[in-house]
Amino acid sequence: MSTPFYVSPQQAMADRAEYARKGIARGRSLVVLQYADGIVFVGENPSRALHKFSEIYDRIGFAAAGKYNEYENLRIGGVRYADLRGYTYDRDDVTARGLANVYAQTLGTIFSSAGEKPYEVELVVAEVGTEPAGDQIYRLPHDGSIVDEHGSVAVGGNAEQISSFLDQRHRDGMSLAEALKLAVQALSRDTNGSEREIPAERLEVAVLDRTRPQQRKFKRIVGRQLKRLLEADDAAVAKTDDPSDEVADE
Amino acid sequence: MEANPRSIGRLPAAFLTPGSSSFMDFLADHSPGLLPGNRKLPEGIVEAPHGTTIVAATFPGGVVLAGDRRATMGNMIAQRDIEKVFPADEYSAVGIAGTAGLAVEMVKLFQLELEHFEKVEGATLSLEGKANRLSTMIRSNLGMAMQGLAVVPLFAGWDEGKEKGRIFSYDVTGGRSEEHGYAATGSGSIFARGAMKKLYREDLTEQQATTLVVQALYDAADDDSATGGPDMARRIFPIVTVITDEGFRRLSEAESSELARSVTERRLEQPDGPRAALL
Repeated sequence: MSTPFYVSPQQAMADRAEYARKGIARGRSLVVLQYADGIVFVGENPSRALHKFSEIYDRIGFAAAGKYNEYENLRIGGVRYADLRGYTYDRDDVTARGLANVYAQTLGTIFSSAGEKPYEVELVVAEVGTEPAGDQIYRLPHDGSIVDEHGSVAVGGNAEQISSFLDQRHRDGMSLAEALKLAVQALSRDTNGSEREIPAERLEVAVLDRTRPQQRKFKRIVGRQLKRLLEADDAAVAKTDDPSDEVADE
Repeated sequence: MEANPRSIGRLPAAFLTPGSSSFMDFLADHSPGLLPGNRKLPEGIVEAPHGTTIVAATFPGGVVLAGDRRATMGNMIAQRDIEKVFPADEYSAVGIAGTAGLAVEMVKLFQLELEHFEKVEGATLSLEGKANRLSTMIRSNLGMAMQGLAVVPLFAGWDEGKEKGRIFSYDVTGGRSEEHGYAATGSGSIFARGAMKKLYREDLTEQQATTLVVQALYDAADDDSATGGPDMARRIFPIVTVITDEGFRRLSEAESSELARSVTERRLEQPDGPRAALL
């Protein structure tokens, strides 16, 4: 029997982390932003049918970057978890925090078990509150840690650069059109700093809108509504959405 | 494999196993005890509150589903303001007659079944698909129905493919049949159906259709002691819902009270209600 080579735990973990990060970086980044009436998810996605964003429960949405089959698996697990919990207790007892914990445990166990390859995914779990202060956004990297985010968050390969771009420009109480435009601006910047155009057909956009009268707040924004939001010029947006913002916007 | 939803830990293997898009199938695999049909049945007959009359009628552009508010246990009124008509999803609704407790649970599971499918698949079930799913659920309740705990729903919805409102009625064995024009279920249904038979026309407006179902419920309450009429003193009025291509809408309290009030006022002059032509 041959003795296996000794690999230090630090080295083993670093290798696994690098493997996962490389996998995630192959996909496109996506961003999640708070705006006045809720939370908006924006990403570049050439597919109409394979979604990066989806509804988990009434007020909870899910976004993922990385390997499709892996995050789809986690998404369905999350829907099952939420529906079972809501059925056993009450709809109010399903929270983003609970879901994020379960995802973190799941990802963490997979990441540190030697028998499994780490998942090449990075998730965002977001819950819209009845007012902006109640919004919650959790970012879950591949290793099972949880980061509680505020305002804006980016995940995926180019996430760091996009995040810093967003951090400088995002502010509370933006209108949906403003937040959407900022997100698209952030996504269309390449690693070398140059910009490229992302046509509306390649964008996937969804919102958790707290003003929706339905219990389920998740909604995809497609077609004409998306075009209208992207084309709305900033001054007009400020005027129609919230006259009080005019001065601040100039 | 843990069946404990309280545990916060890694998602159990069953949650991450690719499988069907049905929440009921998932429950059956993962925690079968939570499915109403899988419970051990006690011996003998069980007394429990019963809901009574549900009526539905189609009109060009949609369908109306309404129910009275009374639940009875034997000769006693168990509840005066029970709700027996629920949205199943955005484009369909279900009204329930029979054992109230089981029926409400069944509706909750049915709503979840449709929502779960929608979230997992990213598409909604067809109206036929929803109607069939409800059939399966009633069939699984047959054991309890034999002991007097029957649940008999009425399902109505907007069929986006066929672009019309449709009504499905059920028997205790899960037998499903599509009804054309109007339908009723529950103890007062005989009288409600008689009323609608005389008043129904194919070209009703939405306003006329909602009045029609309230008239039918009034007649049911008039002749069936288990069905409650509009309760003017306590301001408890029938629940009336409308489903069109714009989705499910429940009439507000103001709207349904106005409707019930005008029907009741006309009945003060003409107790038997509107009359159809003899020939």
